Amino acid sequence: MSFELKDARLEKEIFARRSWLAIAVIICLLGVLAARMFYLQVMQHDVFVTKSENNRVQLKPIAPIRGLIFDRHGELLAENLPSHSLTIVPERVTDMDHTLGLVDALVDLSDEEIEEFRKRVKQWRRPYEAIPVKYRLSEEAIAKLMVNTYFLPGVQVEAELVRHYPNGPYFAHVLGYVGQMNEREKKRLDPVRYKATRRVGKIGLEKRYEDLLHGEVGYQKVETNAQGRILKVLDKEPPKPGENLHLHIDAKVQKVAADAFNGRRGALVAIDPTTGGVLAMVSSPAYDPNLFVNGISHKDYSALRDSLDIPLFDRASRGQYPPGSTMKPFIGLSFLQAGVTDWSETIEDRGWYMLENDERVYRDWKREGHGKVNLSRAIIESCDTYFYEMSFRTGIDQISPFLAQFGFGEDLSLDVGNALPALLPTREWKKIHRGRSWYAGDTLNLGLGQGYMLATPLQLATATSVFASKGVWNRAKLVEFINQEANVDDAPMAAIEIKNPADWDRMTRAMENVISGTHGTARGINRNLNYRIAGKTGTAQVVGIKQNEEYDSEALEERQRDHALFVAFAPADAPKIAVAVIVENGESAGLTAAPIARKVMDTYMAVERQRTQAQGGSYGG
Amino acid sequence: MAGDFIRQLDDSGMGQGPSIAQRLHIDVTLLLLILTLCACSLFVLYSASGQNSTMVTRQATYFLIGLFVMLVVAQFHPRWFYMGAPWIYGAVVVALLLVLAVGVGAKGAQRWLSIFGLFRFQPSELMKIAMPMMMAWYLSSRVLPPRFKYILGSLAIVGLPAVLIIRQPDLGTSLLVGAAGLLVLLFAGLRWRWILGAAIVIMAAMPVMWYGVMHDYQKQRVLTFLDPESDPLGSGWNIIQSKTAIGSGGMEGKGWLQGTQSQLEFLPERHTDFIIAVYAEELGLIGVLLLLGLYLLIIMRGIYMASRARDTFGRLFAGALIVTFFIYVFVNIGMVSGILPVVGVPLPLMSYGGTSIVTLMAAFGVIMSVYMHR
Repeated sequence: MSFELKDARLEKEIFARRSWLAIAVIICLLGVLAARMFYLQVMQHDVFVTKSENNRVQLKPIAPIRGLIFDRHGELLAENLPSHSLTIVPERVTDMDHTLGLVDALVDLSDEEIEEFRKRVKQWRRPYEAIPVKYRLSEEAIAKLMVNTYFLPGVQVEAELVRHYPNGPYFAHVLGYVGQMNEREKKRLDPVRYKATRRVGKIGLEKRYEDLLHGEVGYQKVETNAQGRILKVLDKEPPKPGENLHLHIDAKVQKVAADAFNGRRGALVAIDPTTGGVLAMVSSPAYDPNLFVNGISHKDYSALRDSLDIPLFDRASRGQYPPGSTMKPFIGLSFLQAGVTDWSETIEDRGWYMLENDERVYRDWKREGHGKVNLSRAIIESCDTYFYEMSFRTGIDQISPFLAQFGFGEDLSLDVGNALPALLPTREWKKIHRGRSWYAGDTLNLGLGQGYMLATPLQLATATSVFASKGVWNRAKLVEFINQEANVDDAPMAAIEIKNPADWDRMTRAMENVISGTHGTARGINRNLNYRIAGKTGTAQVVGIKQNEEYDSEALEERQRDHALFVAFAPADAPKIAVAVIVENGESAGLTAAPIARKVMDTYMAVERQRTQAQGGSYGG
Repeated sequence: MAGDFIRQLDDSGMGQGPSIAQRLHIDVTLLLLILTLCACSLFVLYSASGQNSTMVTRQATYFLIGLFVMLVVAQFHPRWFYMGAPWIYGAVVVALLLVLAVGVGAKGAQRWLSIFGLFRFQPSELMKIAMPMMMAWYLSSRVLPPRFKYILGSLAIVGLPAVLIIRQPDLGTSLLVGAAGLLVLLFAGLRWRWILGAAIVIMAAMPVMWYGVMHDYQKQRVLTFLDPESDPLGSGWNIIQSKTAIGSGGMEGKGWLQGTQSQLEFLPERHTDFIIAVYAEELGLIGVLLLLGLYLLIIMRGIYMASRARDTFGRLFAGALIVTFFIYVFVNIGMVSGILPVVGVPLPLMSYGGTSIVTLMAAFGVIMSVYMHR
């Protein structure tokens, strides 16, 4: 091993050589970086410009403004009001409990609101998305929040248009309501059209005309940051507002009708026979549809759901009642059509009727009987025995098809959301659904509009309206115009032909006597009547009354009393309005149902008179 | 006097007598280049931080502290470094051991040492200077080029702290510290046959590492590096966004404060490790080339200063420091532009952060000391 000396000159030389090498390598490597940058910034420039634009620019959908709903005179029934809601962006809140405490002190949050909010914070959402806490802030609450903005980072007051029904419960069952979209609706509805929409029609017209009311979604091209926050609007395609609906409904008539029930359970439908337009459609009691718009509270909902009066149920189009004697004018026509009798034939009524080979006694409502009765009198006094006899003669196979022509047993309405078909029994129906053959006694019950038969108030009103226009069919509809365009029936119904068209008039005269005759069952509403009403009362048993049992209404619970029904149209010679009323457990049709119909008709006739006068005045002057 | 005068002309070309710079042992050329870089950093940081002047002020403060540290370090005669080298190295190794024993940290890594809870520091950062200092001390007293047993000794000096830092775990810093030590070996004239041999061994070891030693998550990181699009929302996100920022900058850039990738916060870590992406997006290829040129000038000046040192210790120490500086630049820009895997290395004197600035300024202080004390 040789001993080596340190050589300072050599070491300096080695360092110099290695330094030059290092400089060469460094320049090469910096060259590599420069080349890489050149590749990215020049050769691939276009690719990355596109990428960065895609990062930056986003399409944000804008919800369209929902179409408005007006009554026939242009009164607003459903509008969109700016509503301010309190929202919180959780990402910007440092201490959530503290913030919620402060907000609570300012605007009073309910436990339910806080709980709902906390639940939604835990669910998946886009970062920096605002979560609603409280809807419909008052002016005062907004002011309080604005003043304290500094202490409430992440808390915002957002404005949006929210559906509002200015008349509250009056039109609840006609209009229905909109509510927050649920998962099922999200799946069903076009995801593009509904991209920005939060509420959809749940029931009633709002649901039926959802497609037209909704409008078309708009878009906003916005610049967002990585958290999705909008920084700048670059371009905008405005949304197309939904179509406005103009209803046949007359708001004034509707309100009078609803008030006339005075809290009683029941329903009323009024139709203009010349158009089929529904002038009023009331189901009583109702509820405030505004409760549902922002999501109804659990307490409010269970109160509505559990109420014995079932206010959520639309009795007008879905309530199925035995129509009772209100069927007599229609069934009477079927006798004439079948040719089993005529206007002059009379029978002797002793207050009861019996079939051969049947022990059952069919009673008349009047225990002692009506004596000598023809068709006209049978209508005016609502004689049951006459109808037992003639129904027996005519038979189910002729009565049922004749009644079907008036729309019983079928939903023939044009646009009334969820109307039910109710039930018009036939031989086949009983065989299938009851497993028994049709008995003659069944026909007798049907002849009184009882037994198996069920009809909705809407069907009764429609049938009365068709009757009033002497068989000419105009299907019931709520909407008159969609924007400016008339709502026409694409599949109009053929008119009802009867053997002797004069029978329409004779039957109408009999019905007029129900009101104006001294023995008329609705003579109570004849007072101070300055136009002519044709009508027919009816009562429907709620519980079957056993043979030989005294009918003692006092002993029955109020809810087991008979339903009171009344159908009518006016003026009798040139009908403008046809009405069907049912008052649940109203007992006496003449005392409960008929006065409601009278009020409605009075109101409508006055409105019409004013309108024609105004028109005449303007044309004449 | 005449001789001195001539030497001064050579060095700085400035007036008569020892200038203020000389008395302060400051190289004006290097200082000006560094100040240019600092100014550049403040401008980019203003944009990258979303026009946060607090952050810019703080960075400026770091620069001032760093310059002060540089000034102080430059006053030491290189022989003090030589005498202190083993002690400093030993102290930092002890600190690294303490980190493993009682260190604090976050995200499963223990990197910090807390002094009485007053302030925290990263011993591995100190090792970036202590390592080349120790290696220069060790090798400058041997006959160069180093013989085999001194190569083994050098490897031991490099290996001990490298292993300790890996255990923290901090692979990136460990590699950089190791590189700083090995650079000294290279500048000392390590023979080519050893360099070649080492290269072959590393090549051969790579498949063994892949199939035998590396964990799945480490493999995943390598795979993500090779194809960032395979994990666009996870670890690939950073690289995709930084490449998008750089690429969309184009030749002239989108303009200062106009980079959408950075201003709209798509770019992660934009004021620290990824600041070059903001710079490239807003100032374009022209700006990038100017910056690379500035770095090149600093490195060339550094190497020149190292080569003019009075002894082998100074040369090796300063040379290793300045090349380490280059390695930081290369690794950072290579990572951000997607040609190297993602390792947490800041861009020297550009990225926001006090520790790195102070360490780098201290290194420049050493280079100045080595050059100015002759």
